Amino acid sequence: MAVDTSATTTGTPAGHVPGHLRAIWLFVESMWVWYRRNWRSSAFSSMLLPLLYLVAMGLGLGTFVDAGGRAAGAIGGVGYLQYIAPAVMVATAIQNATGEVTYPVLSGFRWQKNYWAVASTPVSPAQVADGHLLWVTLRIGLSALVYLVIAALLGAVASPGAILALPVAVLTGMAFGAPLAAYSATLDTEGQQFSVVFRFIVMPMMLFAGTFFPIEQLPAWVRPLAWITPLWHGNELARGVTLGGLDPLPALGHVAYLLALLVAGVLLTRRMFDRRLAS
Amino acid sequence: MRARGLVKRFGDFEAVRGIDVEVRRGEAFGFLGPNGAGKSSTMRMIACVSPRSAGELRVLDMDPDVDGPRIRARLGVVPQQDNLDTELTVRQNLQVYGRYFGLSRAHVRARAAELMDFAQLTERADDEVEPLSGGMKRRLTIARSLVNDPELLLLDEPTTGLDPQARHLLWDRLFRLKQTGVTLIVTTHYMDEAEQLCDRLVVMDGGRIVAEGSPAELIRRYSSREVVELRFPPGGQDGAVHRVRDLAERVEVLPDRLLLYADDGEGALATAHQRGVQPVATLVRRSTLEDVFLRLTGRSLVD
Ligand SMILES: Nc1ncnc2c1ncn2[C@@H]1O[C@H](COP(=O)(O)OP(=O)(O)O)[C@@H](O)[C@H]1O
Ligand SMILES: [Mg+2]
Repeated sequence: MAVDTSATTTGTPAGHVPGHLRAIWLFVESMWVWYRRNWRSSAFSSMLLPLLYLVAMGLGLGTFVDAGGRAAGAIGGVGYLQYIAPAVMVATAIQNATGEVTYPVLSGFRWQKNYWAVASTPVSPAQVADGHLLWVTLRIGLSALVYLVIAALLGAVASPGAILALPVAVLTGMAFGAPLAAYSATLDTEGQQFSVVFRFIVMPMMLFAGTFFPIEQLPAWVRPLAWITPLWHGNELARGVTLGGLDPLPALGHVAYLLALLVAGVLLTRRMFDRRLAS
Repeated sequence: MRARGLVKRFGDFEAVRGIDVEVRRGEAFGFLGPNGAGKSSTMRMIACVSPRSAGELRVLDMDPDVDGPRIRARLGVVPQQDNLDTELTVRQNLQVYGRYFGLSRAHVRARAAELMDFAQLTERADDEVEPLSGGMKRRLTIARSLVNDPELLLLDEPTTGLDPQARHLLWDRLFRLKQTGVTLIVTTHYMDEAEQLCDRLVVMDGGRIVAEGSPAELIRRYSSREVVELRFPPGGQDGAVHRVRDLAERVEVLPDRLLLYADDGEGALATAHQRGVQPVATLVRRSTLEDVFLRLTGRSLVD
């Protein structure tokens, strides 16, 4: 159409469809614009809280554990601080991911409605879903990195292998976060369900999936519950790469389990976003 | 934009029941109808964010099922409910949204400045959106919809909920856009908005189109030139109906008044007075689309 399409433009190119990865990245970019204005409010809980855990449990409780006896034996002879440090990183990744795929997703549909705005551009609902998940991935990765550096300064990091624990933490966070994002996308409420998720899934998982003590300390009939949590698999991997003693076969099993959860979560999230935004 | 037998179903409820519409380039076209008529459902299908349940639809000569993203790249959409990012600034809202259309940072920066000027928001450029007035938010939503220089602009109830001054400012902006050749499709349940903005419109009710034409044509076809409104105390109009029936082409009995459709309103009113009809208040006015709607559906547009 050969008309000047706006009173205000000066012969500018009209909109077009961005490439697939670029479209996903543009959503991440928009989250970043928001984050730059608002990061202070979330920095405390996402970065400092895990360090408080580390100090309170690792240094405080750790003096008792390290004093010897049965407890020190159960964690295999390393200092308690170093024993929990990799696992606290993984558990925190799950907590942070949970925070970023619950209320923010509900808000994108219901309160802020920013998903609807994006869906009216050339960007598709599935790309919005991928974009949100990628954003969460980067955020929990950044928090884990900050944590790792400070933990190293505190002497909590047993070996350079801990660098590998970082991708493990991110993978575990998203193995839990992606399916939860899909669930959040189905909700049309004020988010009451999320407090159930926090109280009855995330917190118990944090306490009983081998973060602060080995699950062998649990009664045998409870252990299968720990096995199905992504956190236990992540903890095993993160400790394995940091403290050594990781056998290849179980390692592959843990990675495969986490990847399976992740892939299923991503596919489901795409489908739920599409169902809701393009109905 | 062209639709043939267009249908939208939600479960087994039919919100849009087979409509035929054609909008030409450069035209300002309206969907006028009460709440629940199916206007938003239609707009969402045209905006390629809601797949059609049946029928044919072409937008910018493409099929939304096949070319959704390519069509959306060339559309501007103003949804019924604002979905601005209220935690970002006015400027950021325009820039972030513009990026989704594959536009460069430099381009969206320049375009945002132009659009804030156009929408009279320059003074609030770096303020957060949250505390802005409803009118300002609506202007920002319209500005945002123009960031990609759309060929077709879809406006779903652009001025609902705004005060008269804010509405007139918005109409002025839309009028300017129309003059630059942008095709406008507007939905509204305000007949004055339809009359102000639309070259041509369809009247929609219960998911169907009940009439089509320019505002003037519709009024000519379905109403008289003038209308006499006779207001009565509750119940008072019943006694008067038989005395005025022959004075007008048509008489509508509403709960609190009678409407006499006559080409010579003053004449009809004078005769009614001579016959001893004593309403508490009278008014002679031109016919509007409200009268057309009343005639077509037996109901008011806005209650
Ligand atoms: N997503 C949906 N699911 C179910 N019913 C819907 C949905 N959207 C709209 N409807 C129904 O379709 C009808 C038409 O709605 P809508 O298109 O919003 O009308 P309008 O915009 O003219 O007020 C209404 O009865 C509404 O309740
Ligand atoms: Mg509507």
